[in-house]
Amino acid sequence: MAIRGTVQGVGMRPFVFRVAGACRIRGRVRNDARGVTIEAFGAPADLDAFLARLEADKPPAARFDAVEVAPIPAEPAPDFRIVESEGTGASAELRVSIPADLATCPDCLRELADPANKRHRYPFTNCTNCGPRFTIARGVPYDRPLTTMAAFPLCPDCRREYETPTDRRFHAEPNACPVCGPHLTLLAPGGAPLADRDAALRQAGRALADGKILAVKGLGGFHLACDATSAEAVATLRARKHREEKPLAVMVPDLDAAEALAHLTDADRELLASVERPIVLARRREPSPLAAGIAPATPLVGLLLPYAPLHHLLLAEAGRPLVMTSANLSEEPIAYRNAEALERLGGICDLFLVHDREIETRCDDSVARVVAGRPLVMRRSRGYVPRAVPAPARFERPVLACGAHLKNTFCIGLGDAAWLGPHIGDLENLETTESFESAVARLERFLETRPALLAHDLHPQYLSTAYALRRAAELGIPAVGVQHHHAHVAAGMAEHGLEGPVLGLAWDGTGFGPDGSSWGGELLLAGYAGYERLATLRPLPLAGADTAVRQPWRVALAALDDAFDGAPPLEALPLFRGLPPAEVELVRRMIRGGFNSPLAHGAGRWFDAAGALVLGRARARHEGQVAMALEGAADPAERGAYPFRIDDGRAPWELDLRPAVRALVEDLLAGAPAPAVAARFHETLAAAAAALVRRAARERGGLPVVASGGCFQNARLAERLLGNLAPDFRVYLHGHIPPGDGGIALGQAVVAQAVSTQDPGQRPGGRRS
Amino acid sequence: MGHGSGGKLTARLVEQLLLPAFRNPMLEPLDDQAWVDAGGARLAFTTDSYVVTPLFFPGGDIGEPAVNGTVNDLAMGGARPLFLSLALILEEGLALSELERVIASIRRAAEAAGVQVVTGDTKVVDRGKGDKVFVNTAGIGVALPGAELSSRRVAAGDAILLSGAVGDHGVTILSQREGLAFGGEVRSDTAPLHGLVAALLEAFPGVHAMRDPTRGGLASALCEIAGRRRLGVEVDERAVPVHDGVRGACELLGLDPFVVANEGKLVAFVPEAGAERALAALRSHPLGREAARIGRVVAEHPGFVTLRTPIGGQRILDLPYGESLPRIC
Ligand SMILES: [Fe+3]
Ligand SMILES: [Mg+2]
Ligand SMILES: [Zn+2]
Ligand SMILES: [Zn+2]
Repeated sequence: MAIRGTVQGVGMRPFVFRVAGACRIRGRVRNDARGVTIEAFGAPADLDAFLARLEADKPPAARFDAVEVAPIPAEPAPDFRIVESEGTGASAELRVSIPADLATCPDCLRELADPANKRHRYPFTNCTNCGPRFTIARGVPYDRPLTTMAAFPLCPDCRREYETPTDRRFHAEPNACPVCGPHLTLLAPGGAPLADRDAALRQAGRALADGKILAVKGLGGFHLACDATSAEAVATLRARKHREEKPLAVMVPDLDAAEALAHLTDADRELLASVERPIVLARRREPSPLAAGIAPATPLVGLLLPYAPLHHLLLAEAGRPLVMTSANLSEEPIAYRNAEALERLGGICDLFLVHDREIETRCDDSVARVVAGRPLVMRRSRGYVPRAVPAPARFERPVLACGAHLKNTFCIGLGDAAWLGPHIGDLENLETTESFESAVARLERFLETRPALLAHDLHPQYLSTAYALRRAAELGIPAVGVQHHHAHVAAGMAEHGLEGPVLGLAWDGTGFGPDGSSWGGELLLAGYAGYERLATLRPLPLAGADTAVRQPWRVALAALDDAFDGAPPLEALPLFRGLPPAEVELVRRMIRGGFNSPLAHGAGRWFDAAGALVLGRARARHEGQVAMALEGAADPAERGAYPFRIDDGRAPWELDLRPAVRALVEDLLAGAPAPAVAARFHETLAAAAAALVRRAARERGGLPVVASGGCFQNARLAERLLGNLAPDFRVYLHGHIPPGDGGIALGQAVVAQAVSTQDPGQRPGGRRS
Repeated sequence: MGHGSGGKLTARLVEQLLLPAFRNPMLEPLDDQAWVDAGGARLAFTTDSYVVTPLFFPGGDIGEPAVNGTVNDLAMGGARPLFLSLALILEEGLALSELERVIASIRRAAEAAGVQVVTGDTKVVDRGKGDKVFVNTAGIGVALPGAELSSRRVAAGDAILLSGAVGDHGVTILSQREGLAFGGEVRSDTAPLHGLVAALLEAFPGVHAMRDPTRGGLASALCEIAGRRRLGVEVDERAVPVHDGVRGACELLGLDPFVVANEGKLVAFVPEAGAERALAALRSHPLGREAARIGRVVAEHPGFVTLRTPIGGQRILDLPYGESLPRIC
């Protein structure tokens, strides 16, 4: 019997062992490359009962994707055994033996709250069903001596638990108790210890209630914590962290508390409570007890439930929702070591709640939301990493894909699986770049591999591209450049195990196109080894390049200038009334003269532009802010749409939104309410995307549709695309692989694999014609 | 733009096409000038071509950079410039009065720099085949006493000095060429630097290397050193002088003042022991009044130039690529 899914490092084997005993089954269980394999011998009725109980009572963190049962020859097995890891590097089992970090399980929570238990209020309790994994692993195999728990010799009690197959701490590598395990300390900004153990916890809780800002060491790094209901605390945190408006995540003790702050669907609740415990974006309840500064200018709020015992205890002490945001200055990697935190966060925090269990690997909180009723991971990191993604085709040699420039993750393809690394962030700082390089080195070590092929974006100025070329030269191995949007689509194909070809909608902000312009409104006919660009969006000049992304009014101006043939009614539009006329004039000259105004096809830029126009928001304080505000503003009931054109007299076809811009402006001038206009804009783009797909399908046949790129984090766009294409098409949205640039490395890896094994005549550029 | 804007593409052209074709010990350092042995005399030798649109701009015209650029390339090697050649490629239809203005400013610039134009050439091309005037100058100079400058001498621990504010020339040219008017006044900084160099080397002859951050700006000059020498460079963003007008214009245009061209600035790599003396010498010269110590050379992060930003991070300063390519997805 082969069980696939999330079944390793989640207490599966001890569980199987116990159920086998209860059902009088003999045989064995072992981990293998894709899950666990059980060889079971017993009476037919017992075997049926065994199978039923495996499914019904499985460990909380386990997820079965597939259970394959096949008869095997009878064998006189004396008992039931857990077959241990054997061999080294070559074995597939070792490669996946480091599981992702798991949220605290109900059993451990019960002990935490039980005054009679020796782990009462012990912040580092865990078992085979829960606890740190990836973040404490130093090497493979994943065994205690190769984790940062090696520094804590097990006491006799803990050792007994660890060695008893029927104990729920059997081979829980980070097993610990107050006698032998890690402890808390509360430090002053200079590093002077103020309190230890429970006293540290209590004092930290009081400080939070008093509006202080704390650095709290968690699983994958430090959080900055403060009272989420205190406007003053939140404002102080923002000022000290240099984070002007980017939303801050809020941790609440349980689903009821989450419900009090946001409107949650069943899918939201399930996602919040999942073992991965991502930050979940949901619509904030109004009025809200949360400080307004938590998430200005968006109706959404990012909530998460506690995932370590320390969080449960701290929330109980503080007695209020807590801001829990990555401890860093803007855009730097998250702090994860005590000394480093003291040095880097000294200017931000009033107190430091630290402990002596080292974090080996940084891992930020993951971020997800529910789109079309299903979870969509926007930032895939803690809880998901290093879970393997089955490869669509076997990697003939190890591939390292270096990802994008912003929201970077990287990916290693090896054998029949691909591993996406943790969220690295924006590769603009030295610190981030170093964090990228060390995370790559560590995952290579965990997988006991070294790349024989490198994959990278085509953008010559991505630091990930520079790294790939440098590394390839050092190792004397080939490097394959993969077009940005091809990689997006391939990531979607790989996630869903599609063979291709597919119709791939890759809509995002910008990505390097081989013609030197920025792409991002693409419809590709794609396989892994190549693509054909069927359609794109009529391009707009970005006055000042990335400056236009930070100032979407510039994109709006370009769109208006184009739609109104150089004579847009600027004076009538509130957006432009608030801008200095000289600046508007200058930007207009830049647009018309093409000065530092590269052409961009990105659909994301259109959401920026429409957001600026409809909401009167000239500037984005952080990436995607205005586009997200537009989505948030859209009236859910409004179904009207604006006209658009598809110019199919050229290749690629061009989606022309000028009629939509004119109609939208007419709406604004007629005083239509912003929520209606925002909704109509979304309806228009969803309808246009669907029209392109239908047009392509007429010529190329009804292929599966993959929607990828950052735009498909927009729930309204994604859901209405599905609505427009149902029931004629099978449409695949992303799930646990981010649609944005955080997922691109997976696509690069599988494309590089496919391109490198093609016959040489077809190789260059990976383009199929 | 493309291969011509002093960024990565140009660097690639030089390293992959030109260097392999002509490789020799005098070319190899790829400094702004070559040191050659001509019948026993050690001479600094350089050439540069000038294509500027428009020809005339606040602070000068094409004539001045045509002289100063070559003079400065010699000066950056620690040479006293002596002689120039002058080659003109004229587009048919160029107004004689414009040519006269350019020649006059070449003469003035040569006089100011203390160099003589001793040889030359003139060609006329058909209308549409040129951009009014292309100028090429080559220059010869002799070593200033005691100086031995080469990018090869740059070492970890060196202080990095900058002789004044960056971006003035590039922004001036852009504002004229694109017809873009900005709030503050901006003037080209074009100037011959041999006097400033002489003052600097007199105060401290042990300067390791100098660069004039022309095309590709300060970023190119620093990235080139970091890349070729496999050293790290750390710059304190706040320490780099940028005039308000330039800063404002760059913000509007989406340009980084660190990658915009200069025509009258130098960057010096100076051993720490002489850094203060060198800085004082720069500041006491009229062309170096705004000189500043902007950073240092380090052994860490070889190949990377980092900017310490006001909020404490270290932003990686990359070579410009040729033209702007948005990176925000
Ligand atoms: Fe993208
Ligand atoms: Mg030169
Ligand atoms: Zn547990
Ligand atoms: Zn113990």
